[in-house]
Amino acid sequence: MDATASGVPAGVESGELPLGAFLPHTPADVRAMLRVIGADDIDQLFDEIDPSLKRKTEDFAALADGVDEMTMLADMTARAKRDETGPCFLGAGCCDHHVPAAVWDIATRGEFMTAYTPYQAEASQGTLQVIYEFQSMMTALTGMEVSNASVYDGGSALGESVLMAVRARRRRVARDASETARIAVAASCHPLYRRAAANIVGNQGIEFDEIPLGADGRTDMEALAKLPAPVAIVVQQPNFFGVLEPVDEITNWGRDNDVLVIAVTNPLSLAVLKPPGAWGDAGADIVCGDGQPLGIPMASGGPSFGFICTRQQHVRQLPGRIVGRTVDGEGNSGFTLTLQAREQHIRRGKATSNICTNQGLLVTAATIHMAMLGAEGLRRAAAECCANTRELVRTLTAIDGVQARFDAPFFHECVVDVGRDAQGVAEDLAADGIVAGLPLGPFYPHLPRSANCLLVCATEKRTGEEIAAFGPALTKALGR
Amino acid sequence: MKTMQSGQTIFDKGATGRFAAAQQGPSSDMGALDIPPDQLRGEPPALPQVSELEAVRHYTNLSRLNFAIDTQFYPLGSCTMKYNPRGAHHAASLPGFLNRHPLAPEAVSQGFLSCLYELQEFLKVATGMAAVSLTPMAGAQGEFAGVAMIRAYHDAAGDTGRREIIVPTAAHGTNPATATMCGYAVREVAVGDDGDVDMAALKAAVGEQTAGVMLTNPSTCGVFERRILEIAATVHDAGGLLYYDGANLNAILGKVRPGDMGFDVLHLNLHKTFATPHGGGGPGSGPVAVNERLLPFLPVPYVAKRGERFHWLTEADCPQTIGRLSAFMGNAGILLRALAYAKMLGREGITAVGELATLNANYLMARLAEAGFQLAYPERRASHEFIVTLRTEAKSWGVTAMDFAKRLLDYGFHAPTTYFPLLVPECFLIEPTETESKEELDAFVDAMASIRAEAESDPELVKTAPHNLPVGRLDDVRAARELDLRHTAG
Repeated sequence: MDATASGVPAGVESGELPLGAFLPHTPADVRAMLRVIGADDIDQLFDEIDPSLKRKTEDFAALADGVDEMTMLADMTARAKRDETGPCFLGAGCCDHHVPAAVWDIATRGEFMTAYTPYQAEASQGTLQVIYEFQSMMTALTGMEVSNASVYDGGSALGESVLMAVRARRRRVARDASETARIAVAASCHPLYRRAAANIVGNQGIEFDEIPLGADGRTDMEALAKLPAPVAIVVQQPNFFGVLEPVDEITNWGRDNDVLVIAVTNPLSLAVLKPPGAWGDAGADIVCGDGQPLGIPMASGGPSFGFICTRQQHVRQLPGRIVGRTVDGEGNSGFTLTLQAREQHIRRGKATSNICTNQGLLVTAATIHMAMLGAEGLRRAAAECCANTRELVRTLTAIDGVQARFDAPFFHECVVDVGRDAQGVAEDLAADGIVAGLPLGPFYPHLPRSANCLLVCATEKRTGEEIAAFGPALTKALGR
Repeated sequence: MKTMQSGQTIFDKGATGRFAAAQQGPSSDMGALDIPPDQLRGEPPALPQVSELEAVRHYTNLSRLNFAIDTQFYPLGSCTMKYNPRGAHHAASLPGFLNRHPLAPEAVSQGFLSCLYELQEFLKVATGMAAVSLTPMAGAQGEFAGVAMIRAYHDAAGDTGRREIIVPTAAHGTNPATATMCGYAVREVAVGDDGDVDMAALKAAVGEQTAGVMLTNPSTCGVFERRILEIAATVHDAGGLLYYDGANLNAILGKVRPGDMGFDVLHLNLHKTFATPHGGGGPGSGPVAVNERLLPFLPVPYVAKRGERFHWLTEADCPQTIGRLSAFMGNAGILLRALAYAKMLGREGITAVGELATLNANYLMARLAEAGFQLAYPERRASHEFIVTLRTEAKSWGVTAMDFAKRLLDYGFHAPTTYFPLLVPECFLIEPTETESKEELDAFVDAMASIRAEAESDPELVKTAPHNLPVGRLDDVRAARELDLRHTAG
């Protein structure tokens, strides 16, 4: 802004400071403040900066004028409307669940939404207690002993879990840190999680080996035995295809071969499925995943949150925030961030992770969601998803030439072979308002017939009518 | 307030068999499904058993134990706790955005993709860089992306001997932690008495082993790095790249652009500079911006425009990319809030942000100096923040920066950042932001002066603060020694 002779920016003097900056300053305020500072104008406050660096008009010429809230909202509303579709049958790590209205009404209270990381514990007991309750709920769901306060998402949670496993193992056997650590990852684990995790750990001497998929859509245990000796094994339950893995067998293999077991799970499924802490004879070592099914809208995939739970013995290897319960000077119970010596703001280059900000507000929503639904509510939601997906698979496979791709028990997702180019079919169905499922071809090019496969899901939100209507719509698309 | 919760968790409320039944339909029988019994859970998880009202009341009451921007002045240095516009929150919460699946076909995603493209373009101009990827989910992940790109750039050039990242001693802890995660050794260079990087130390540190230098400008000392052009030349002459940590971009938004200062790569903290809420510790969003030479390495996915149609660029389109860092595309909802704010700001608004954030900081600094507080860098202008050192108060009365911080809570102000940067003893890093009024700043000065008087006359009062909060000062040592990290039955 240009400064006037009085030293006040032109906009201030005319009472027209850009509204969109949410500034409280009156012209009198600015003058009084400059007087206290002893400066003639605002620009003088930037006099330590090399003049050649300062704003030139042409630098910002490409930006539009600011608009008021009403205009902004009209523009954004028009764009959001363009993306409204009919029923969503797409899952693949992000599902369309019902979220009770109260969850986000409470989570978006300013006291939760506009607070910072709870460094000042006494002024942050709300956030801190919510995280403590969250940790309690996640350990209950997963059957593990400790939980952190979240990481970014399921993919980055897997990356951090792999780093944890490597740290734990390198410490125990005192291996040379420059030796490559191998991780055996099931091909049936979410392909985007695997990519994100590989990118996150790639510069730390860690390599992934893929455990091939058996013909039934489950991990091929015989192939696992032939891979180079891993530090840890990664298995997802239910797997990317919705298929239930032989988790007891895999976990026992890990124990017998001195290999840490990292479980990737859907937390909603744990309302009905055996928790990773109870897999096999000894349980999984690290459990991670994405919290989206716990009250988080799909919202283009974010923000959601990643979770990591583990055994007590690995608690110091956890990345991110952890909240503990303690007392104040008068013996009153209270909550505070703890074990901070793991973290970047204390340990700097030797921290367990560089993570600082995590996904606090999503954890708040998930905690309220889990509290409201309880074990029984979550069980009902999970069971309805399973029942609806079975109804959907029956509907679709009744069509000539459409069949289930794998012959194995599944949870609330299923791969359906539609007999022709699934990408084209999905696009045709999208034009008819149905988000049909995920075409598998680009993710599994080596899987036979993958180009014809759709990964579908019908959550508790899909009605009988919506499921029934998918059949004729698919028939129509296949006939094109 | 102390009686409001009395240590009760949600697990201490409710009764066996109770849950918010209205939120869930009929009870399906898992036994009727074809799931093998050995895959099923034995006992249900030990979750709370409360009604909807019990849950609503419990969490509403918990929220009231928090300080937040919406309730209090929150001058946390390097965190930019400015007002988070509700209009931006509404924009991101529109049904078309909330209900969009991350892998929905592009044909039914043009509204969302157009938003991301517009934000990419806005940030390019605001930072003076060639290209932007919005996918990093927080500042630290943006840093990771930036340093991974630096590594990919040197690797692609066959220049694999560069094993070091240089950071100033005043850097955020995430900088060295990020360098380590990218497989680099960290070398620290000193900061001089004037708050600027020690040029002689930097010149001695750079060499053929230098992959890059990470800088925050204005620095965490709350001052603008005056020799930035010389620093850029020094790093580039040694064959290294210059990384800009955008934590403090609010100070110079619309005034000076990192691209013009010679930075090769940067991340922004949208949850600071672009007014998105901090959520009690996230979600953040840390887009990265690069100049031409790092463009091939940008993390995917990001958005391109062909004719009037927007589409994703992914691994298939960008063979040299460092890849994706999360399953989908980042914290989309935060990006939409940032775009809404950017649209309201516009061309003139961004400059007003930088100018009035700087005015507020310099005013508050002048007032506190006037009130007798010692500045860490008295001869310097404040950027959008500045440092007060309480070493004299600590020495004279035994009242530390931590004690001052806790007593400020009693006065209804959130404390500034304490004990950071580490090189200034007993320090407060104070950042008021542009959205605070003169009256609020004056009230903060009054509180600080009042606490100073208390520290002299009744040091115990300050040393035992806070007195008016839900809990007194908590025993951190016990928290770490006797770990209690979850509720257990009984």
